[in-house]
Amino acid sequence: MLVFLLKRLAALLATLAVASVVVFAVLELLPGNAAEVILGDTATPESLAALQARLGLDRPPLERYRDWVGELLQGRTARSISYDTPTSELIAERLQVTLPLAVMAMLLTVVLALTLGVYAAARHNTLADVGVMAGSQLGIAIPNFWFAILLILLFAVHLQWVSAGGFPGWSADDGGGLWEGLKALILPAIALALVQAAILARMTRSAVLEVMREDFVRTARAKGLSRRQVLLRHVLRNAMIPVITVMGLQFANLITGTIVVENVFVLPGIGRLVFQAISNRDLVVVRDVVMLLAAVVVIVNFVVDVLYAVVDPRLRQHG
Amino acid sequence: MGEFLSRALRHKSFVAGGLLTALLIGLAALSLAWTPHPPAEIDIANKLAPPSATHWLGTDSLGRDIVSQLLVGARNSIIVGLVAVGIGLAIGVALGCIASARRGWLEEAIMRASDFTFAFPALLSAIMLTAIYGPGLLMSIVAIGIFNVPVFARLTRGAANAVWAREYVLAARAAGKGGWRITLDHVLPNIASVLIVQATVSFATAILAEAALSYLGLGTQPPQPSWGRMLNEAQTLMFQAPMLAVYPGVAIVLSVLGLNLIGDGLRDLLDPKLARRR
Repeated sequence: MLVFLLKRLAALLATLAVASVVVFAVLELLPGNAAEVILGDTATPESLAALQARLGLDRPPLERYRDWVGELLQGRTARSISYDTPTSELIAERLQVTLPLAVMAMLLTVVLALTLGVYAAARHNTLADVGVMAGSQLGIAIPNFWFAILLILLFAVHLQWVSAGGFPGWSADDGGGLWEGLKALILPAIALALVQAAILARMTRSAVLEVMREDFVRTARAKGLSRRQVLLRHVLRNAMIPVITVMGLQFANLITGTIVVENVFVLPGIGRLVFQAISNRDLVVVRDVVMLLAAVVVIVNFVVDVLYAVVDPRLRQHG
Repeated sequence: MGEFLSRALRHKSFVAGGLLTALLIGLAALSLAWTPHPPAEIDIANKLAPPSATHWLGTDSLGRDIVSQLLVGARNSIIVGLVAVGIGLAIGVALGCIASARRGWLEEAIMRASDFTFAFPALLSAIMLTAIYGPGLLMSIVAIGIFNVPVFARLTRGAANAVWAREYVLAARAAGKGGWRITLDHVLPNIASVLIVQATVSFATAILAEAALSYLGLGTQPPQPSWGRMLNEAQTLMFQAPMLAVYPGVAIVLSVLGLNLIGDGLRDLLDPKLARRR
């Protein structure tokens, strides 16, 4: 297991290193230079020179890359051009919205998908199974941002139960609070969870069906265990292996999905931050947020690989 | 072929998906020759008009005809899907075939590069590209296309490796055929069905991704109609004209559903063993 872990860790670090080179190369070594992109065609030579000096563009690219990565590793970041605040502070502030949203969406996804997937598999080829499969096929085809708009239409425009967007904050001093904050994130979390749950439910159903055909399931039933006991104790545990992989991939999708859904609900999260940074041509924020999101995707995949090996010891040997 | 067709016509979801996709392609083709009104024609006097004989689904905030915009939007979705999947297929299949034919360090390098590309979902690539080059249809196509490359590379390499292990490939090698000849004569024809299935699913994903990018303002730009942008514009008018936020969404869902159903159907039809297990 240790060799497996070390191998995977080395792959993780190598991927992160390559990702940082790509992000830096794409956003810093662009045609012309970053200062020209930020200020546009109408910039005066003086303002261009000032911004180039501020961004350190007068130094060799290798030196700038080394400084950027070195500072990132120490938890220090450059100042945003439009906010004049270190990007780490901006990101930390916005994560207070994005992280709870992603976690809520993931929890909803897992609960919905496992329930529906196991239910459909247990009633294989019945009307209930067909209904779940048809519903999930439709769920996969629905864009999360459109579902978000439909939720706003129903709950904010027609029923007027919630506001159409915005985030009151977690602190009572800002006029928000724990309940108000959670309430503002419920609809976005549902919008994000629907598609993911549809995919995962189908995956769970086929994984459960696959395991139910195994000999040890028949043996467990012959031993006298009830259908429910076999399903919960033996089938679900074994069916979780492929399900965990898909869950990992879905968490990465959720993180990028938040970029779109946060914009639908005007939530001040990471997605909104990067979107505003594009409008403001704030390449420093775009660079650091893209790097963070790419790192999250890579790290989640690493965790999934490790979990996979924990659940299925055969994989450790193949490393 | 005849047997395949008769099986296909009995497959309910394949037929349903085929009808929906034929409708999408038909409407997109129709928009090349005819739309009820010019899609970009502004008619402020008729803004937010309800459905009528002149404007079947009404008009938007600038008085533009909704049906005409939906028809031209279908065309855009198809173009993005075709080109983005084409990029993924061309580069991904070539890389996958090279990895499988050469094996060794080259295979390892190509596969690690594919793993790495997964760190940049289409939306992240699009964010980077639009931050530099500005938003536009081309950037969204490139971003979605780049994301498709590792998908096809991995799939091709996996399927091709299985073909390379077969006896008839061994016989071809013994007969003196080289790696490229075997790839063209034996590997590609045998993995074509897997690639076709993936291409339909990737096409659907590309339509969804383009709609999301256009919704965010990073994809298709005005005055070119796009389903994603129509939804963005409709969101500001939800209290006055809620149905404007419904039509483009329904168009996206039906298109994606059609392609996914075709993909599922093809998977069943081309791999009967899998169909029995499902």
